[in-house]
Amino acid sequence: MRIDNVPIDLLIPNMLSASVKTLQIFFLTIILSIPLGFLVALARRSKYRIINIPVRIYQLIFRGTPLMLQLFFFMYGPYYIFGFTFGRDLACILAFAINYAAYFGEIFRGGIGSIPKGQYEAAKVLGYTKFQTFMRIVLPQVIKIVIPSTGNELMTLVKDTSLAQSIAVIELFRVATTAGSKYASTVPIVVAALFYLIMNTIVEISFKIIEKKFDYYKN
Amino acid sequence: MLLKADNLQKQFDNTSVLKGISLAVNEGEVIAIIGPSGSGKSTLLRCLTQLEKVDAGRIEVCGKLMVDTISGLGYSDPKTLHEIILEVGLVFQNFILFPHYSVLRNIVDAQVKVLGVDKQTAVDKAMDLLDKMNLRSRSNAYPCEMSGGQQQRVAIARALALNPRILFFDEPTSALDPELTGEILKVIRSLAEEKMTMVIVTHEMAFARDVADRVIFMDEGVIVEAGKPEELFGNTQNQRTKDFLQRFNQN
Repeated sequence: MRIDNVPIDLLIPNMLSASVKTLQIFFLTIILSIPLGFLVALARRSKYRIINIPVRIYQLIFRGTPLMLQLFFFMYGPYYIFGFTFGRDLACILAFAINYAAYFGEIFRGGIGSIPKGQYEAAKVLGYTKFQTFMRIVLPQVIKIVIPSTGNELMTLVKDTSLAQSIAVIELFRVATTAGSKYASTVPIVVAALFYLIMNTIVEISFKIIEKKFDYYKN
Repeated sequence: MLLKADNLQKQFDNTSVLKGISLAVNEGEVIAIIGPSGSGKSTLLRCLTQLEKVDAGRIEVCGKLMVDTISGLGYSDPKTLHEIILEVGLVFQNFILFPHYSVLRNIVDAQVKVLGVDKQTAVDKAMDLLDKMNLRSRSNAYPCEMSGGQQQRVAIARALALNPRILFFDEPTSALDPELTGEILKVIRSLAEEKMTMVIVTHEMAFARDVADRVIFMDEGVIVEAGKPEELFGNTQNQRTKDFLQRFNQN
């Protein structure tokens, strides 16, 4: 079957398998950057400047320069500086995870900061340790607060995976643009748009469900 | 003696908030602390419950030394401080329940996680306390679904669940609508009848007069006068106390 001279029955399976790569970047970035983001948030809240200033500089650099540039840096930087390379996939995941951890750090820092001081005090007089206070009282409330902005961030991540093509990772967008120029048609790009839209619809719906799950109380 | 504080001093940004406060609390005693806003009442309570650190002075709770700058020891080790915290309870002005926990869990969680009580015993105890607070039917509610008066009663139950030997109240009715203060005062009154040791910072003069064994009047970081309620409210000879009570009556 052909649309605008594009063999759509060949293109779709190709794009589906390229989407596996896209999803791989997406999920690995989540798994790595969310815990890392929490550490960044905690480090930022540290009263020791030797901890919080370097983390601030890291966040400034990774939020202040293009992700595409960071992909190049992780792909080619180590070779020029140290003479070794991470390889395409690892460089890609590293750049995404470290970049997104900088953003998540900021979201989680805001979330932790918005828990009223009274919650810590009430927990202290009840005899909770600092660790118990964080895990049992603070963290569950922080999670509820950061869900909407985390969802927002993950929708951006779905789209940002397309940047991986800049270091020649074969993912959805790469396959679409290649097919587009091969058949001189915009159809593959439109199909890719639909793919991204479907993925983000799933992200959106999932986060609406999670938000609802936390609706049983108000802060 | 359950609590003994000597010559407590505390400054915030070079402003003295406590200027040498001494205080002793005996077992079974109810003490009301009154005084104008900014007189240091809440700061005193916060120092006694370890939410603030004193700059100088000595505090002993249930025979355990919390701090002693007079003989140069400073604050005790974290283990002792933790033991002392378990001897006292604090009820805040704005309740400060844990919003993500149900009423029951607010009362059960610390029993299990802090004291190591087994779950069923903790739940039984919580339900008994809720009975006493007339809130048994609300055990599965969340704080956001309750009135201020109900939340404050849950907060009292939460503190009582850990068997404190002294219970502190920091203006327990100040955040409540006038029609809700009665239910809290009733609870505190019944605790007084059970000989619970309590230190209550309050603006409810009639209540202080009625329930307290001793009333302390604080102003500008010092204890101006302390004594039996009938003496202090009845015929104080102190001009500052007189002025305060007069201003209070006018409002």
